[in-house]
Amino acid sequence: MISLGALIYDIINGGFGYVAFEYKNPPSEFTSTPVSQLTREELLVVLQENLSSGAYKKLDNEQKMETRSQADLYILFLERLVQIDTKETWSLTDSLLKSDEIRARVAEKYPDAELEFRLWLTPQFLSTPMSSKAEFAGVRTAILGSLWLVGIALLFALPIGVGASIYLQEYAPHNWFTNIIQTNINNLAGVPSIVYGMLGLAVFVRTFEALTSGAAFGITDSNGRTVLSAGLTMGILVLPLIIINAQEAIKAVPDSLRQAAFGVGATRWQTVWHHVLPNALPGILTGSILAISRALGETAPLIVVGASTFITVDPEGVFSKFTALPIQIYNWTTRPQTEFHSIAASAIIVLLVLLLSLNATAIFLRNRYQRRW
Amino acid sequence: MEENIKSQPMEPQIFRQFDLKKKFRIGEFLIQGSLFLTGILSIFVTLAIVYELGKEALLFFVDPDVTLVKFFTTTRWQPGIGQYGIVALVSATLTTSFIAILISLPLGLASAIYLSEYASPKARGILKPVLEILAGIPTVVYGYFALLFVTPILKLFFSGNQLQTYNMLSAGLVMGIMILPLIASMSEDSLSAVPRALREGAYAMGATKLETSTQVVLPAALSGIGAAVIIGISRAVGETMIVAVAAGAGPNFSFNPLDAAETMTGHIARISGGDLSYNTIDYTSLFAIALMLFLVTLVLNLISQWVVNKFREQYE
Repeated sequence: MISLGALIYDIINGGFGYVAFEYKNPPSEFTSTPVSQLTREELLVVLQENLSSGAYKKLDNEQKMETRSQADLYILFLERLVQIDTKETWSLTDSLLKSDEIRARVAEKYPDAELEFRLWLTPQFLSTPMSSKAEFAGVRTAILGSLWLVGIALLFALPIGVGASIYLQEYAPHNWFTNIIQTNINNLAGVPSIVYGMLGLAVFVRTFEALTSGAAFGITDSNGRTVLSAGLTMGILVLPLIIINAQEAIKAVPDSLRQAAFGVGATRWQTVWHHVLPNALPGILTGSILAISRALGETAPLIVVGASTFITVDPEGVFSKFTALPIQIYNWTTRPQTEFHSIAASAIIVLLVLLLSLNATAIFLRNRYQRRW
Repeated sequence: MEENIKSQPMEPQIFRQFDLKKKFRIGEFLIQGSLFLTGILSIFVTLAIVYELGKEALLFFVDPDVTLVKFFTTTRWQPGIGQYGIVALVSATLTTSFIAILISLPLGLASAIYLSEYASPKARGILKPVLEILAGIPTVVYGYFALLFVTPILKLFFSGNQLQTYNMLSAGLVMGIMILPLIASMSEDSLSAVPRALREGAYAMGATKLETSTQVVLPAALSGIGAAVIIGISRAVGETMIVAVAAGAGPNFSFNPLDAAETMTGHIARISGGDLSYNTIDYTSLFAIALMLFLVTLVLNLISQWVVNKFREQYE
């Protein structure tokens, strides 16, 4: 309880607070009107005039400048031209308790700097892609990458997992071979996740590179380190979890139901499909949600399989390079600059909110549909 | 059918229609077959793990430079320049895991006893979900917590540079917090499974609540608790993100928890995170480490299952 409290305090403490920053080139150098009132077209002109043509072309290649939104251009303007330089950041507690001290320190050390109390977690943080500057970095690509991962993992693991659990509960004879399968599944659930990462690296990234990189389908701009490889790796990782949970759910369906179905002449599959599965469904769903939240939070296998840490374009398909929320958190946490710790904390809040809402759904489903026989 | 009837004209036809033999249905057969395939897929996964790890690890061990003696006895790990002493990584893994168990065993056991023997239903209703939440927090978050909260606090207790910024102590402590819910909930399960009659018998002999808990209920649940501890150790050995963030980068043969050192998992995470070229000694050495990890955790998990099956006390 205390540790949970400390953990939450620490994350919130890191996520908000004072920031001292300087403009390298004040906005007034570029335009006479206040920046926030510039229209899209005006911003475009300013950018075109002040950026070197090479840099402009590179941006244009990533996404056509004309098609970018006003907010997008505004960020580019701040990032490329004004070039905000973060001097120092403070945590929430410091900001609240020692605000005078901080003001004095900033005035003395960085006379040109502005001091701002900032919530790092903003709507902009959610909607912008990764950036090398903490001010402009967001988690959109990471969230999308995480969703792709989880989607692929579930598509792969759910049918196989449920199939295996049906086989083990309804069909398998009681013999040594079934025992081996069962023990094996229990053991797989305890294998360290990084070992799954190594398996994914060897099998999906290397051995099946032609398939997972999309080369077999005429896509050539990536190697095997794609969201597909990572998703399949995650799928194998959560497979034992799904099987064990689905087995529990199927076990909870009483035998009298099966016997009644057999009694009116149903075949085994008819019994399973029409009677056992519908009754076990809430339990299976709960298990899959738990599997999703496991897949969302796993980091180690993604590092091994090759998640990129710096990606500014959204994943567009299964053959895209990708990044994921936990990878961003890891990357930002391990940087020495404190402003990155602040955005790491913000990303953690995003991740925890996602996980908590998933778990709440699981608990809700369990309570709503759980039947007592 | 017709020919059958002709060849046995004497048999009463009515029984023919109620043949009780199981009819062969192609659909059912196909379904059962594919379900069976999904069932044995787990075996394939295990085989794939062993095969792939084994294949690459073999490439590592057949290198004339690498000998098993060197691998297990020397204390420097730097495959790039021909130093293959895995002990440097194992020492860190052992140290962090030991600290983690040191923290989580007493605390987990205490909270399990509290939850199953002392807590009111209301307190249980609050505490159990808290444990479940703790268990669901991603390990990279624990890593952040270790590096940016626990380490600065620990620094207050040690003077000078005794405690390095990256150190095994904070990684181990936080790892203990991570496996605490696992040990607590598994132990609580086996404590609750001890029948009431045993407790009432103890009370009837005049035992206090504490005596009942520690001298009657606890020994009765010992097999489950033992299994929980072994699973906890296995988790600690395989845990990656906390040590990768907080314990330090760079193999270092040391059992001093104040030092920075790299565990087996942390090393794999760091090396494979960069641009690793295939078919180098660095690449294959990672598989050798992963194979060791897999075998160690596999053995621990098997022991834990065996303990549960062998020593479980059957109560009515």
